[in-house]
Amino acid sequence: MKLFTSLLMAGAAVAMTTAASAGTMDDVKSKGFVQCGVSQGLPGFSNPDQSGNWTGIDVDLCRAVAATVLGDASKVKFTPLSAKERFTALQSGEVDILSRNTTWTLVRDTALGLNFAGVNYYDGQGFMVRKDLGMKSAKELNGASVCVNIGTTTELNLSDYFRANGMKFNPVVFEKADEVVAAYDAGRCDVYTTDQSGLAAQREKLKEPDAHMILPEIISKEPLGPVVRHGDDQWLDVVKWTLYAMLEAEELGVTSENVEKMKESENPNIRRLLGTEGDGGKSLGVSDDWAFNIVKQVGNYGESFDRYVGPKTALGLERGLNALWTDGGLQYAMPVR
Amino acid sequence: MAVEQLAPAARPPLFYDPRVRAIFYQLLALTLVALGGYYLVNNTLANLARQGIASGFGFLDTTAGFSISMSLIPYSEESSYGRVFLVGLINTLLVSGIGVFFATILGFLIGIARLSRNWLIAKIAAAYIEILRNIPLLLQLFFWYFAVLRTLPSPRDSVQIFDSFFLNNRGLSSPSPLFEPGFSAIPIALAIGIIAAIVVARWARKRQEATGEQFHSFWVGLGIIIGLPLLAGIFTGFPLSWDTPELVGFNFVGGMVLIPEFVALVVALSTYTAAFIAENVRSGILAVSHGQTEASFALGLRRSQTLRLVIIPQALRVIIPPLTSQFLNLTKNSSLAAAIAYPDIVLVFAGTVLMQTGQAVEIIVITMLCYLILSLLISGFMNWYNQKMALVER
Repeated sequence: MKLFTSLLMAGAAVAMTTAASAGTMDDVKSKGFVQCGVSQGLPGFSNPDQSGNWTGIDVDLCRAVAATVLGDASKVKFTPLSAKERFTALQSGEVDILSRNTTWTLVRDTALGLNFAGVNYYDGQGFMVRKDLGMKSAKELNGASVCVNIGTTTELNLSDYFRANGMKFNPVVFEKADEVVAAYDAGRCDVYTTDQSGLAAQREKLKEPDAHMILPEIISKEPLGPVVRHGDDQWLDVVKWTLYAMLEAEELGVTSENVEKMKESENPNIRRLLGTEGDGGKSLGVSDDWAFNIVKQVGNYGESFDRYVGPKTALGLERGLNALWTDGGLQYAMPVR
Repeated sequence: MAVEQLAPAARPPLFYDPRVRAIFYQLLALTLVALGGYYLVNNTLANLARQGIASGFGFLDTTAGFSISMSLIPYSEESSYGRVFLVGLINTLLVSGIGVFFATILGFLIGIARLSRNWLIAKIAAAYIEILRNIPLLLQLFFWYFAVLRTLPSPRDSVQIFDSFFLNNRGLSSPSPLFEPGFSAIPIALAIGIIAAIVVARWARKRQEATGEQFHSFWVGLGIIIGLPLLAGIFTGFPLSWDTPELVGFNFVGGMVLIPEFVALVVALSTYTAAFIAENVRSGILAVSHGQTEASFALGLRRSQTLRLVIIPQALRVIIPPLTSQFLNLTKNSSLAAAIAYPDIVLVFAGTVLMQTGQAVEIIVITMLCYLILSLLISGFMNWYNQKMALVER
């Protein structure tokens, strides 16, 4: 009888629990850190260095969000996710934000229950082949074997491109990016395809980087950006405006070196950005010096870009489409006011 | 006024009746389980709807948009996700079936070898078992895949066998048959031949039990199985042509390709499971009492005849139940195909399709049901076979 009553109590207790739905912002504030979903190692975007510290422009975005909400850019914990599990991890609440070079598409924005908070890197898909095959263009790739990562827009774009050009190909599909590169290096396939930035990054990992070339064609649009869950408007705003703050800071010429001095600036835009005037911070639900913290501890967009993927790094990518709109690129921050 | 009461009724009041109590508690437990299940499903659906994640099985009709490297049924990028599921399922069944076949043969051979009187053979078999049982299957799979990959040449320097088979690191390209009209006579003849061979064998055994006269049922059966289709072929003029592979640009076009992922997976699964099956076989053989061996030697049977006619039929009683477990293990281990790009159901359906549609719950449930049904079918068949093999006590 005792067992029976205790079972009955347990059953009643289970039936009475309801799904707690606090916003992610409150969760992060009470936890004291941001749980950031990143890749399993893509140089330039999110890659652990020798001491295990994560570096990259996606990592910098997460740190900037931590600086916004918690005032300290170091309060971030990173979860490496493969392409297969990244969305499930975000949907289930395992990570607060997914900053993993994810392409913004219709299906992901709607059917997956996610929201994209902006684009921190405009990219496109390209092909890499061995130089000794003598290819000059992607249109000569009929019948090739192509190594590709599973479940990415890369896989779909590849099919579309070959179908549109009436060419055939043999897909070799792996789960982890490392396996794809290893198979391409071993000669299992003729072509390796992923985003152009990924091609530049992974070429460094090959046995003979100079024996490979990247074909000139860019076959798709790949706007990469951070992702959060549906139904969490406040959190979406925080992430969105963190990115815009970094861009606005670069536009106004505020860098991590001169941000202290810029606090006393006469320029009303800079004063509003850094919190000397106005109450942007209050409307977001964070402290007034949120943008100041971002620029001081992480840097503006240009600094982050140059540090990890710019022309002076191993990836050697030009600003190109990612230059500010004032320089002819696509990065345009909404006014921070 | 006191009324005379009869002795208490034979049946106790309802609540104290043990049968009623038992039924009541069982119904209560059932209700609790049903409520628990209903709560779980409801909670999941409510949360999915709250977050705006698509749910339902409508995605099975959507166009897939990607291609698959190996498919036994016609498949293209315009096929639906439902078709992707079928392709993955067939690939899984293919690799499991072939793996089970080779694992059983290899396992029996090694198990018997371990008990050989020849010291060297016994030790080699023991070494095989010990090494392969103790290394994780994933590592063995990587070993076979990269050992197969890296030693083979690129398509332009393929190894040529018999002028129409080409071996390179994209796979083994072989000619594929092109069936012309009128070919169906040959498979029909083959089916008739197999049935006829079985009938002949049955008849020969009955005759031997009745009269003691032996019959070459094996050779006659073989002759029928080969001869009938051959006759059918001669009458129809062999309507069969071959599509030979040719090197065009990057790779071979035409013919069939056996991809290295498939070969690596089959080899790894077979050799690994064979080590376990070998131990089961050895335990089965040792379980048969030594008196049987001595009696059959006394009757003048040779060692190989003893093993084949006396020991193994009795050992099968002990071998078959653990053998079922090994077959189920092999089927489930085939999901490791996801690590080496072989398009089985886990890689293609619970991988790419899950990623594209985001409907993790439905897809994983379908995949789990698949493996569950497959495992139940295998164990059901093995249990039936076990019943057949059971000794009939007089």
